[in-house]
Amino acid sequence: MHGIIDVCLDVEPVSQPAWSVFRPSVGRPWFIGHVKVNSECRRATVPTVPQSTIAASETPERHDLPATTAAGGLGEVGLAGTRNPFAASPLERRKNAKEAIARVVLALFTFVLIAPVLAILVYLVVKAWPVLGLSFILENPANRMTAGGIWAPLVGTFFLVVISLAIAAPIGILGGVYLNEYAGNNWRTRVVALGVTNLAGVPSIVHGLFGVGAFVLFAGMGESVLAASCTLAVMSLPVIITSTREALNSVPMAFREACWNMGATRWQTIRTIVLPNSIGGILTGVIFEVTRAAGETAPILFTGAVFFKGGLKEHGLASFFPYSLNEGCMALSMHLYTLATQVVGVSEPIQYGTAVVLIGLTLAVNSVSIGLRGYLRSRKKW
Amino acid sequence: MTAHVRFENVTVTYGPKTALRGVSLAIPPKQIFAVIGPVNSGKTTLLRCINRTIDFVPTAKVAGRVLIEDEDVRHMRDVYQLRRRVGMVFPLPVGLPLSVYENVAYAPRRAGTRDRRQLDEIVERCLREAMLWDEVKDRLNLLGTKLSGGQQQRLTLARALSLRPEILCLDEFSIAIDPVTTMRIEDILRELKRQMTIVLVTNLVQQARRLADYTAFVSASQLIEVDETETIFTKPANRLTERYVNGEFG
Amino acid sequence: MKAASQTRPWRAAQRLARVASEIGTNLRRLVIGRTEWAIESVIRLCGWSAILFVFSIFGFILLIAANAFGTLDWREFFFSTEWQPDSVVKPHYGTLALLVGTLSVTGLAMALAAPLGLGAAVFISEFCHGKVKETLKVLVELSAAIPSVVWGFVGYMVVAPLVIRFTGAPVGVNLLNGGLILGLMSVPIIVSMSEDALRAVPDAYREAAVSLGASRWEIVYRVLFPAAKNGLLAAVLLGVGRAIGETMAVLMCTGHAVKIPHSLLDPVRTLTATIASELGESPAGEMHYWVLFTIGLELFALTFAVNVVADLVVKGIRSARNY
Repeated sequence: MHGIIDVCLDVEPVSQPAWSVFRPSVGRPWFIGHVKVNSECRRATVPTVPQSTIAASETPERHDLPATTAAGGLGEVGLAGTRNPFAASPLERRKNAKEAIARVVLALFTFVLIAPVLAILVYLVVKAWPVLGLSFILENPANRMTAGGIWAPLVGTFFLVVISLAIAAPIGILGGVYLNEYAGNNWRTRVVALGVTNLAGVPSIVHGLFGVGAFVLFAGMGESVLAASCTLAVMSLPVIITSTREALNSVPMAFREACWNMGATRWQTIRTIVLPNSIGGILTGVIFEVTRAAGETAPILFTGAVFFKGGLKEHGLASFFPYSLNEGCMALSMHLYTLATQVVGVSEPIQYGTAVVLIGLTLAVNSVSIGLRGYLRSRKKW
Repeated sequence: MTAHVRFENVTVTYGPKTALRGVSLAIPPKQIFAVIGPVNSGKTTLLRCINRTIDFVPTAKVAGRVLIEDEDVRHMRDVYQLRRRVGMVFPLPVGLPLSVYENVAYAPRRAGTRDRRQLDEIVERCLREAMLWDEVKDRLNLLGTKLSGGQQQRLTLARALSLRPEILCLDEFSIAIDPVTTMRIEDILRELKRQMTIVLVTNLVQQARRLADYTAFVSASQLIEVDETETIFTKPANRLTERYVNGEFG
Repeated sequence: MKAASQTRPWRAAQRLARVASEIGTNLRRLVIGRTEWAIESVIRLCGWSAILFVFSIFGFILLIAANAFGTLDWREFFFSTEWQPDSVVKPHYGTLALLVGTLSVTGLAMALAAPLGLGAAVFISEFCHGKVKETLKVLVELSAAIPSVVWGFVGYMVVAPLVIRFTGAPVGVNLLNGGLILGLMSVPIIVSMSEDALRAVPDAYREAAVSLGASRWEIVYRVLFPAAKNGLLAAVLLGVGRAIGETMAVLMCTGHAVKIPHSLLDPVRTLTATIASELGESPAGEMHYWVLFTIGLELFALTFAVNVVADLVVKGIRSARNY
């Protein structure tokens, strides 16, 4: 029994190098404090051969010790004959209780966060149920938007997303490659990188203002599909650049150096080693950007999206290309805004149906992106 | 002594730090030339000057000249050609995330070899020379990164040999691998010596003694002494060298 | 009889083939050299144009807003609550009420989202494992993808009636509604950023703490929070940045009263909503239009500053600490 007591009291007090790991991270020297208490505890409990003394030595201060400093376990050691040595000490019990409370509270937080989202999704689908169907998707809005479907806005959104990404993806990806692989590592590059990263956080309405200034007015595109697409493209650029750089950074530098040492040029190295191993991450970023571009309203509000466009082709191949590049188009996100706030007498199911289709689209595309990422992670090559 | 590689008063600085100070030495052809010295004494920098990978360190400045067959490497028109002439093996094994076959065929492909049969030949020859062939010949499609550390290091060696370099530089190749593999690679090097000049940077003094024909001792960015290995180890001219090879510091 | 490979025409053909292949190789090298150069130029071009595009945002907005700078009364702009751009007699362009609107909605949203987000991040990252963890992470990520106009729609159609029923407010679209929706919107970004920050704490810290007998909650509270505090702060800051810049949701949910709110149930107007609702009606080339761009500039500066601070906060610890 003595032996056990000795072992647990031989814990080094204060300033042992191993603890110093915690210094930079832990504001208050919490663990050190406890070890100190433990060494004091030696004075208190060493002359405790009579078992009654040990039992009595469960003084209130000692309850503050964490169980595994073993001081809390002393009492049990002393009473080994009469008590289960694995039973929790009061301190352990208190710790466990705290732990349980923390767990429940945090779980509640998570629930409060996720439940409304799920509830809203379900609610939207339930409200939209009467109209949901193929005809809702394939018909154009009719009767001052109080009837019909959402085909025209849907195609408009498709156009905007495709054109904007056709512009932003190549420029953004190559821009990311440039910043990461070609630009020298100097203060200029760092400033540019910092700027690009943080422009991803600039409000979408500000991008809308930019679109008005640069594309609608300066470039003379007018409020058109093209201007709106360009605006969305510029909005997407920083995000695509940033995600591209992240993907490129995940390829270890050692691979590049090995290639350079064998006389491979920069581009050969990028083409054969860097891109094949980061293209998945890059694509994930681009796909993610698809959903953002599809859902954004503010940037296209004044650059090309219109409330309503009549006289669109309903049938045949022509219904797939209802807009020309130099005129405004309807967009799903804009349509939802319009239905909710600008038009009177729209039946609820149509409003909710539009929201459901928009959410469904973004979530579906996003799931593809998440799935792709999981798949790539599962077959990582090093 | 004819020199294959010659350093003429080479000084390398990384910003305020000097990595090499006024180094002049001549590396003879088709010999093993060892560079020994304590950590941070500029050994690796020495190697990086030869194939100009020092260019990748943005802060590095090189003064003086490095000549390969009397041609200044900094005036070479095609730096990629230079790097093909100089094979490099680094301390940590790097298997590229390609198949074993493609790992070895990588450099020849980039240099323009397309013929499949020719590539097969190169791959087999290099893997044999690196004593890896028997272990991987049935699984050439395996990812290079999935090999064991020792195998990857030999794969790295095979890759370095794939362009038949005239100079092979090894930078502390045995750090991350087991003694058995180390001995095998040492045997390989003795074989390869007949075909190419080998520059071996090592902080294992005994490895230099076992392998090298000539040995240079570098300490604190300066070349202290260079001579035939036997001389360095038995009758060094400099007291510092003597202490180092006898393991008194470093 | 000679073998086929020894005959003269055969040898000539061989030599020809060799010469041809050499020419081919050289040509290929030349082409490779050229393509290499071409590709590099394209990449450089794209790099620079991307940077140019991205930075021209500020330039263009500044260019248009600058038209207003000469005549704009800056004191009024920043310190007056009077926003009467359409007044025929004397238009007033005081944005204080709008700024306060933005800040109050953002503040309310953050009061809601920061604790929730941090708590959820801790729960997901430290208390969950395996499938549960993955599922929760995916759910959070998906909820981050819900477009803001949908959130606005939900606030306008679903939350507004609830607000009226439970608080008895005259209108359902007000500060409370906007803050609620904005809070729900910003939570996912806070969760995923703080989760990243928590994951960046080396496992060795956790192991050392466990070996000293810390419970999981103690690890979180005593080790992870101090170690990841900068990352967590940055996560909240990014949430703030996003909330300030959010447009559609607040446009639809906060009501449209230009005044400094006195209670949670007052309707407010934000900077973003002002631009979104008035740009369409103000003709280009007039003071009102330019002032809207000036507001855009203000927004730009505000969010950019918040983002840069967040970025520096994260990078600061990464370089200062040597793990």
